[in-house]
Amino acid sequence: MNWFLHKLAMMFGAEPRRPEPAETTDASREMMKFKKLPDQVTLRKQRIAEEHEFPVVSRKWKYRRWASIIIINLLFVVSYWFDVQLVEGALTASRFVGFHMADPNSALQVMLAFKEVMINLVIGTVTVVLLWWIVGGRAFCSWVCPYHLLAEWAEMLHVKLAAIGYARDNPFHRGLRTILWLVFLALAFLTGYTVFEYVNPVGIVSRALIYGPTVALLWVIALLGIEVFYSRRFWCRYVCPIGLTYGITGAVAPVQVKYDLSKCLHEGECRKVCLVPHVLEITKMGYASDTFEFIGADCTRCGMCIDACPQNALDFTVRGLDKVL
Amino acid sequence: MTELPEKPDEAVAKPAKPRLTRRELERRRMLLRSLGAGVAVVGLSLVGWYPVARQLFDRLRPPGALSEREFLSACIKCGQCVQVCPVEAIRLADGEEGFGLGAPYIDGRAQACDFSCDAVQCVLACPTGALTHEIARKEEVRMGVARLARPDACLAMKGQGLKGLARGDLFKGLHRYPDIDRWNPIRVADHPYDLELCDLCVRECPIKGAISLKPMSEDPADKRRMPVVADACVGCGACEMMCPAEPAAIVVDAKVLKERQA
Repeated sequence: MNWFLHKLAMMFGAEPRRPEPAETTDASREMMKFKKLPDQVTLRKQRIAEEHEFPVVSRKWKYRRWASIIIINLLFVVSYWFDVQLVEGALTASRFVGFHMADPNSALQVMLAFKEVMINLVIGTVTVVLLWWIVGGRAFCSWVCPYHLLAEWAEMLHVKLAAIGYARDNPFHRGLRTILWLVFLALAFLTGYTVFEYVNPVGIVSRALIYGPTVALLWVIALLGIEVFYSRRFWCRYVCPIGLTYGITGAVAPVQVKYDLSKCLHEGECRKVCLVPHVLEITKMGYASDTFEFIGADCTRCGMCIDACPQNALDFTVRGLDKVL
Repeated sequence: MTELPEKPDEAVAKPAKPRLTRRELERRRMLLRSLGAGVAVVGLSLVGWYPVARQLFDRLRPPGALSEREFLSACIKCGQCVQVCPVEAIRLADGEEGFGLGAPYIDGRAQACDFSCDAVQCVLACPTGALTHEIARKEEVRMGVARLARPDACLAMKGQGLKGLARGDLFKGLHRYPDIDRWNPIRVADHPYDLELCDLCVRECPIKGAISLKPMSEDPADKRRMPVVADACVGCGACEMMCPAEPAAIVVDAKVLKERQA
């Protein structure tokens, strides 16, 4: 339980740590002991060397995700341009074949600013929260958010530039996002305006795709510039309050990425590609609390780690259902 | 004064302080950077307050809009109202309008709201009630009020007629002409006129009794007439869009102007 709370606290900015002995299971301790046997260590090193010689590169989940982001945002665009009334509106609020949908973060801002509970908005928010609770909260980020896709391309560029020394990654404190989340809620309440919407790249990009380009896109371009040259995934990692709202939504989601300690070689390929690497700290030698473990609330279920892991130590699972199947 | 002797001691003690390790320095830098980024993001978001506080714009909001302040609070900036409008009169504001970014407005001169939808569709589409669901008929709408801003330019006041197109053949605006097609709006550029005396603001007004032409003298031979706006005016902008004078002789003042005066 303590370990679960620690993982939750990591979403709000807590530093990753090793589990206390009391937080680990006997099985995991035994497995660690086994993995540290001299012959096991040489075997592991040998297998890692083999991997590096014949790298297995998978882009399965990445391409599925890109397709998902593009198709969902295209549905919005097509619905308007060809008047098919499938998903009307933008990502802040919409109607999916007539049913209200509302982004929980935008809805929260509006209700705090307006100081009234609007029934349609509540219906829309509850629908969306239930939906994203099932698939895992921040799955919104990596499977729907159009800014995520742009930021992912910016990230690829950043990694390439960093490799040849033209860019450097300057990390920020992850607690910044929690503070901004609170500040923007407070600002909405105090000023009576949806202050965050003014700098919300998700809303700006979504509206620009549907209703045509705006000058506000310059802000999005500036953000992407920061992400390319100064700080890898700056907005998604350290700022975006929408991400935290969805993270809370999916804190105990059924859909999870599951970590299998027995298969893991602890080489860290997964942490290199992850948007939120702190959730994968458990893949370090001696950091797992159990032989099987769910990644945690901040995970966007993007599947990059699953693609990256040469040992299939990480995979998608549905909580409870994996035992039935 | 008595504290002075202590100072040299402190100066001696200072170099003895352990220097920060590289790691601690980096962490301190990271925390400062984070603070800076936080202040920058919040500061930038508050820039949006400036155009709103300084009232740099007075937009005609779609039918049923709450008072400007409440409207900007309640609007979730999704554009569902834009999507249902049959004449595409509603547009979304850009960044220069601050907190109004993404909020809908109508530019009457470019495309007025002519109630082609018959039952204020934008109000029904609004998920937040920023366009209040309390109105159900076009007569209840109050977006603004028409005003004869340039009487000198008004053709009716000059006693002139109108032959040809109201706004030229390049004008893209749509209007519903009940005599031509009760249901579908057509391009204003596809509807030429031949009038003894220009009365477009009255002729094309979608609201009964909102505007009328009054004689300017008691002489029956005097053709000149003056448009007079009545209380029934809803501020839809149809008269402004139709007005053949350039710029329009009649304009719609947004509700927000009246709110500011009050």
